[in-house]
Amino acid sequence: MIEIEELTFCYPDGQCALSGVTLRVEAGERVALVGPNGAGKSTLLLHLNGILRATEGTIRTGGLALTDRTLGQIRVMVGLVFQNPDDQLFSPRVFEDVAFGPLHMGLPEDEVRERVQGALAAVGMSAYAGRVSYHLSLGEKKRIALATVLSMEPRILALDEPTAGLDPRARRSLIKLLQGLDGQTLLIASHDMRLVRDLCTRMVVLDGGAVVADGPTEVLIHDSSLLEQHGLESA
Amino acid sequence: MIHSLDRYQPGHSPLHQGDPRVKVVVAFALIGGIALTPERAWPAYPALWTLVAGLGALAGLSAGRLARLGSVALPFMLAAVPLLFTMPGETLAIGGGIAISQAGLARFVTLLLKSWLSVQVALLLAMTTPFADLVWALGSLRVPGTLVTLIAFMVRYLSTLSDEAQRLLRARAARSAWGAGRPAGGSLLWRARVTGGMVGNLFLRSYERSERVYAAMVARGYAGEMRQLAPPPLSWRAVLAGAMPLAILGLIQLAAVVWWG
Repeated sequence: MIEIEELTFCYPDGQCALSGVTLRVEAGERVALVGPNGAGKSTLLLHLNGILRATEGTIRTGGLALTDRTLGQIRVMVGLVFQNPDDQLFSPRVFEDVAFGPLHMGLPEDEVRERVQGALAAVGMSAYAGRVSYHLSLGEKKRIALATVLSMEPRILALDEPTAGLDPRARRSLIKLLQGLDGQTLLIASHDMRLVRDLCTRMVVLDGGAVVADGPTEVLIHDSSLLEQHGLESA
Repeated sequence: MIHSLDRYQPGHSPLHQGDPRVKVVVAFALIGGIALTPERAWPAYPALWTLVAGLGALAGLSAGRLARLGSVALPFMLAAVPLLFTMPGETLAIGGGIAISQAGLARFVTLLLKSWLSVQVALLLAMTTPFADLVWALGSLRVPGTLVTLIAFMVRYLSTLSDEAQRLLRARAARSAWGAGRPAGGSLLWRARVTGGMVGNLFLRSYERSERVYAAMVARGYAGEMRQLAPPPLSWRAVLAGAMPLAILGLIQLAAVVWWG
């Protein structure tokens, strides 16, 4: 589903956030990207749908190499949910935010409406279509941010710190919601090891822009020396 | 959430339920009409006020409240004060050695009334129409998309920005301690530098946020053009409802030009 080969990315100021990352993710897998702050997790996610373009190396998504021509198709395939929902919810109303993706995919209006309803129902927020997103709580915003990409029916969901800043109840309900999604490939960048344990079967540890460990969550999550070495703690 | 710019007051009045497109057009026409009212057509002003207050009453707003809210325009009238002294005409009074002309006074009072009435119309629109509907209406009325998007983003993120500013101010207040017997804070220059630093900080945060928002838009397929669902057709009833205040405005204007002007 996702094939990343020797991906290197350096910011214009010369600082390299990723150096030689190689990763394969199969369809339907649930993979956690863990690592300390600045490990390159968010940068890697931004590459998945071409917001950032590799300095070196290649990415193939669903068999398509990331080029200018395939960018549109790849963006439909990969739903990227940003860490701060205020960045993702930019429209005057929830409905328009959730409709933004489908409208820009050029879908007919009836289908856009159907998809908005479907996506809001999937995150349990059907009653919020007419609300102004600024007035919502963080937990509600996170759910709606998820709906804004679910409405595009992506095959891959890439979530950046989905539980950051949530209180325990909102956190639990979001994890439950994510557990209920089926069929999609999930890639979650997080420090939240309990989320990783509950949701992901595979864990990839990133540090200093490189993959330092990759294996079943069950195994790696108990390797406390590995976790500690890379600024993490076991759940 | 600390602050919101939306003046909307929820309700179920006929004005609240009106089509936003019609409301926007009527409001702009009313403001235009008020601006074009001849200068000395004095009876036209109470008539216009009655029209505005009548619309306010339809929305469940008392004329007094609307009039009070409309007075936010008054401080701006300071800019028109020189008119009192600079308009040539018959001298009415002499204040502090400067002559106030009759023409100047007439122009000043007219401007005062016009701006006060116009602000009431604008407030009436804002108080009966959610901001999102206003933006949508502007878009469907073919106001250039870039402009509408700019307005929408500005209002959406001004609230977020004002929250951030409040947090910065709080953080500053929390560290602004002073010892007994010592003056609080530093020199004016020092304070200016602190404030300047905060403004710069806010600018950088907004700039970075704008990049993240843009990335979020691009991630969902944005390619330089905002798309929205096609607006539903306007109903005849909505158009007729909007035509009524415009007809009254027309009559007032006609009377103003023919009899009162």
